[in-house]
Amino acid sequence: MSIAFKPEETFRGDYSYRNSDAAVLRFPFPFPEDRYMYSVNIEPHVRSGPSDVFLRPFDVDEHYIAECRDKAITLERDPGRCQVLPHMMMAQWDTLELLMENLSADYPEQFSLIKEGDDFGSRWTWINRPLGIEQSFIFGNAETLPCEPFEYITRQAQGDFAICDQRDDNLFMDAGMVTSQADWSLEFDVGMSFMEWHGPVPLAHQTGVFERALKYLLMLRLGQPVRRLNWTMSINPRLDTSPESYPEWGPDRASVTPDNAGQKVHLRVELQTLWRLPRSNAILFPIRCYLASLEDLARVPKWGARLHRVLSSLPPQLVEYKGLTRYLPAALEWLAQHDDGRELPVGTEPGITTLGPR
Amino acid sequence: MIGETLTLKVAAACAISPSLRHLRLVAADGSKLPPAAAGAHLQLVLNGAARTHRNAYSLISRPGARDAYEIIVRRVPASRGGSAFIHEQLKVGDVLEAGWPGNLFAPVRTARRHLMIAGGIGITPFLSYLADFAFGGADYALHLCCREDEQHVFDPWLAGKSSVSVHWDADGHRLDIPALLAAQPVGSHLYVCGPAAMNDEVLELAAAAGWPASHVHCEHFGSALSGGEAFRAFLAKSGVEVSVGEDESLLEAIERIGVKASCLCRGGACGVCVTPLLDGEADHRDHYLSAAEREAGRLILPCVSRARSGRLVLDL
Repeated sequence: MSIAFKPEETFRGDYSYRNSDAAVLRFPFPFPEDRYMYSVNIEPHVRSGPSDVFLRPFDVDEHYIAECRDKAITLERDPGRCQVLPHMMMAQWDTLELLMENLSADYPEQFSLIKEGDDFGSRWTWINRPLGIEQSFIFGNAETLPCEPFEYITRQAQGDFAICDQRDDNLFMDAGMVTSQADWSLEFDVGMSFMEWHGPVPLAHQTGVFERALKYLLMLRLGQPVRRLNWTMSINPRLDTSPESYPEWGPDRASVTPDNAGQKVHLRVELQTLWRLPRSNAILFPIRCYLASLEDLARVPKWGARLHRVLSSLPPQLVEYKGLTRYLPAALEWLAQHDDGRELPVGTEPGITTLGPR
Repeated sequence: MIGETLTLKVAAACAISPSLRHLRLVAADGSKLPPAAAGAHLQLVLNGAARTHRNAYSLISRPGARDAYEIIVRRVPASRGGSAFIHEQLKVGDVLEAGWPGNLFAPVRTARRHLMIAGGIGITPFLSYLADFAFGGADYALHLCCREDEQHVFDPWLAGKSSVSVHWDADGHRLDIPALLAAQPVGSHLYVCGPAAMNDEVLELAAAAGWPASHVHCEHFGSALSGGEAFRAFLAKSGVEVSVGEDESLLEAIERIGVKASCLCRGGACGVCVTPLLDGEADHRDHYLSAAEREAGRLILPCVSRARSGRLVLDL
């Protein structure tokens, strides 16, 4: 499968990131109904679903090259975005193997993995054509890579990655590569337990969502990954909306008007998957971020109308927690023109196969 | 690396003692197996004479091995049929169904030292631990308590490993467990796997010696088994009765007869399959229902829960 990459687009500065028509139509729109509330919306991560992004376990799209470059810029400025506690080396190799095997199997035009054996001590050669990388190394020997294995492979993957160590009937965030986060800090969370890092989430604790989710994840099985969608909103197509860089993006929230909301306000959807890792028994938690402007989304009539209804009825605590307070009225005013009040079918599918002109 | 079941072929089988059989299993189609972790187990589907057994055995192959899985099976005198089948009927070339490896007994990666106490065949999970610790350079000690005539049975897997001691029931050879537990440095984790009486003794001694529960880990033989007693369920709306086998869930049985039931996680967490229970007593195994809801007894999650006794009537 060939992918028309857009290597020059940017996620900062002039924000030249744009979605092609195909990228809009495959956007993982997260709202099946007109209202939204937290739930344990976890399901098996099978190779199918209402959007093409579910067809492969690790989705690579037209933004791959630009996104890896943006990640490198963020890491250059703040190396603490990648942290791995010392007991996680086995999990690092698990992650490298999982990503290399899946990417090379699902995208053979872009990636190749040549193995002389499967065990630690075997020579592997990894070829990443979009990024122009060819690396020969010894599986299990970190000194044969330019950096530790988790950082090495997640620099070459879209989205963020956390690894949760499982012990004492709990999960601990003991490793992470976090450069495209929705305003949370790995530096702050690293080493925390499941309940600790979910502490700030409003409303969901009271309904027992996290107790159930933790118990479920502790039983996550090898070979049976699961997924959920999470969402928030961002001003401009910016990946690095971290607390560390808040001065660079926080003030943009004050720049939104009913006239420019269509271009400036982006729905930010995270495809979160969870994988039991084979050797370490840890859980890999990839967080793959998709961005689409309100203008993009409104080109799909069902999505424009639905987003208007979901945002109109959002509980105030969620509006505050997701950081929407400042610009939500302007976004709603812009979206209102795309909602004629008709009944919308349940489900997240776009309901159309081609987009009208912009 | 996504999948649920494996088709395995017996590549080698040999008796390593009168009651122990070692099996080497490969993928029947010659493909690579999923890698597995230290402490992992394999659930085999054994088609015995009377019925199908699903028995779990610790993998003793080195963690991450993809060419073959290895297990050692003890012939249990009171066998429900699984171990007897493996010892008497299974032969090289036979094909078996298995689940992907699971793990309920992984080593704790933050431990400063790993202390393992094994009783007889309970050594099997620790054979994979040893290979794992060799890679990571972890500090460990393994104490095997076994019959005197079996003291060399596991030598092929212990060769070259330091810090392994073998104990048996004779003067000068018994393991002084209280002394051992008292001598461990702070930050040690204790793992025990053996017959129930031995597990209980070690757990009690550890508690008495002041070991925190978070640093003490035990694997009971057979603890990885799922399913339970067979039972019957009547689906009131559909007007059909279904028998739920020992090795299937209520949800699987409902699906098998073609009745549509909502579900999502299939693990008792999401609550999507929650179903009104009109009659009967449920054995709740989910993480979803509150204590009060369980007490009321009017709801059940058929993906994991079963009947405590007799017959269930579901509003389905």
